[in-house]
This record gives sequence, structure tokens and C-alpha cells, in this order.
Amino acid sequence: MSDHGHSHEDAHDPIGRDDEPLAAARVRALEVLLVEKGILTHDEIRARIDWLVSRTPAHGARLVARAWVDPSFNERALDDARLAALELDLDPGESPHVVALENTDEVHHVVVCTLCSCYPKSLLGPPPDWYKSLSYRSRAVSDPRAVLREFGLELDDDVEVRVVDSTADIRYIVIPRRPVGTEAMSEDSLAALVTRDSMIGVAEALSPASELTRA
Amino acid sequence: MTFTLGEDVRVADRPHDGHHRTPGYLKGKRGRIVRAHDTFRNPETRAYGEDGLPGLRLYLVEFESGELWPSRAKARDRVHADLFEHWLVRAS
Repeated sequence: MSDHGHSHEDAHDPIGRDDEPLAAARVRALEVLLVEKGILTHDEIRARIDWLVSRTPAHGARLVARAWVDPSFNERALDDARLAALELDLDPGESPHVVALENTDEVHHVVVCTLCSCYPKSLLGPPPDWYKSLSYRSRAVSDPRAVLREFGLELDDDVEVRVVDSTADIRYIVIPRRPVGTEAMSEDSLAALVTRDSMIGVAEALSPASELTRA
Repeated sequence: MTFTLGEDVRVADRPHDGHHRTPGYLKGKRGRIVRAHDTFRNPETRAYGEDGLPGLRLYLVEFESGELWPSRAKARDRVHADLFEHWLVRAS
């Protein structure tokens, strides 16, 4: 461990938390190396983290609500969700392609990345921890109905469950079914019914009667 | 290799020593092209600092759940996955 450039004569502890988990320590070590090698700067890393935490599911919810109220926008979103997001002044992120998947009475889409944790961060914010877990990533493809039941979603046998494995450069966002009884609601009120989980496909959009509905 | 919508394909069943984006549970399985995406840089070389060029066509391939998990043959469920052209062969 003494063959890399600088001297360790002046031993010092890196700035960190005493109870830092191993994974966090590893990431910190990677960051230090990337900066030392001139590949990234701390400012670039900080800017990227700031961007990531500025993204929330409310961005995706705006896209879904517009798709619910405007059939021609819905068509454009299904055709190219990246362009549709730009229409709403939403930042579609760096991925060159964003694809929207429309849930219907016949087909229910649910998104997973079995190989890592690909996720439409620009429209949904950082992924939940369970999305990155080995159990979700493996069971979502092998037994999606059991996984959906654990999220409280029981689908009829005649509904096709279509699991979309996000294996490459495309980012997928689900347009959940519009809840019944929402015909008179404004686009903003509709957006409040669209949860993160409903855009991953592990839940339906909230019912307007639900007390969970955001004010 | 170029594929057309609706065409039956099989995922190559070969090991790959290094980073690649073809999940093991789909190798050797038969599916159907349901969407032709754009061309993308090759993640298998890009992962090692190269430019990933020339780009490869990316396809969305549909698999019946019974093809992947024989115990679920009765479910009318499907898996869709994005796969690069060099992992796909025409199925007869």
C-alpha cells in the first residue's frame, strides 16, 4: 500500500464519520482517487449531487397529469417522453431516450433494472432503496405478482403484468391509469394523485378520496 | 444485424468475461422484437474507457414468462428487456 505517490509519514485520519459504513468509505476513497487523478473535481461531484436531490417525483407527476388531460400530449409522450418532458419545461436528464409506458385495464407495466439500478432520476428523483435491492431486482422479473402484492397491489389474472427490465440506455417511466372519479379535477390536483411508486409501476395512482392525497 | 418488428429472436447463450448488459436469465431464451430503439455506444468497451464506437442497435425484446420460468407458464405475463443487436440471433 506504499507504492502510490504521496507520503504517508504524516499519518492522519480522513474526515468522515466514525460509524461510516464500508460502502460509504469505499465511495469516499473512489472520490479521492478520481479527484487526485484529475478525472473529476469536488465541485463537479457536488453539483451532480445537488442536481440529483433537486429532482423529485413531482416532476414526473406533471408529465403524467398532462398526459391524462391531453390525449394528443399523451400520444407524444408515448412516442418520445423526452420531447414531451421538454414541452413542459421539465429536465429529462442526460439519458438520450426516455420511454413512457401506459398502464391500461389490459396491461400493467412495472419497471426494474435487474443488472444495477437504472432509473429515470431526472423525472423521479433518487431511486428508493428497495428499487436497488437484490430481492426486488430478482423477484420483480421471476414473480412480479407476488412483489406487487407486497406493495398492496392485487391484479386480476386477466391483466397482463409486463415487467420492463431497464438493461441499457433507455429510461422508463410508467403512466399509471387515471383514477375513476377524477373527470372534473384540475391538472394540478391530478398531479397530486401521481406517486413515485405509481410511476415505477408497483402501485396505482392515488384515489381522489384517499386521505393520503397530497394537499 | 438488423431485425424487424415482430421478428422472433433468440438471445445468444454465451459467457462474456467482463461488463455487459445482457442479463443471465435471458441468455438462450426466445423472444420477439417489439421496439427498435436508436443506436447506442457499446457498453462492453465503453466500460473500460473506450469510446464504445461503432454504436450498436438496441432492441426492446418481449419474452413470455413461461419461456423464462416454466413454473409460470400459465400466467399471461411478459418481460420486456433492452438488448443489443450482437446478442440476438434470428430464431426459426
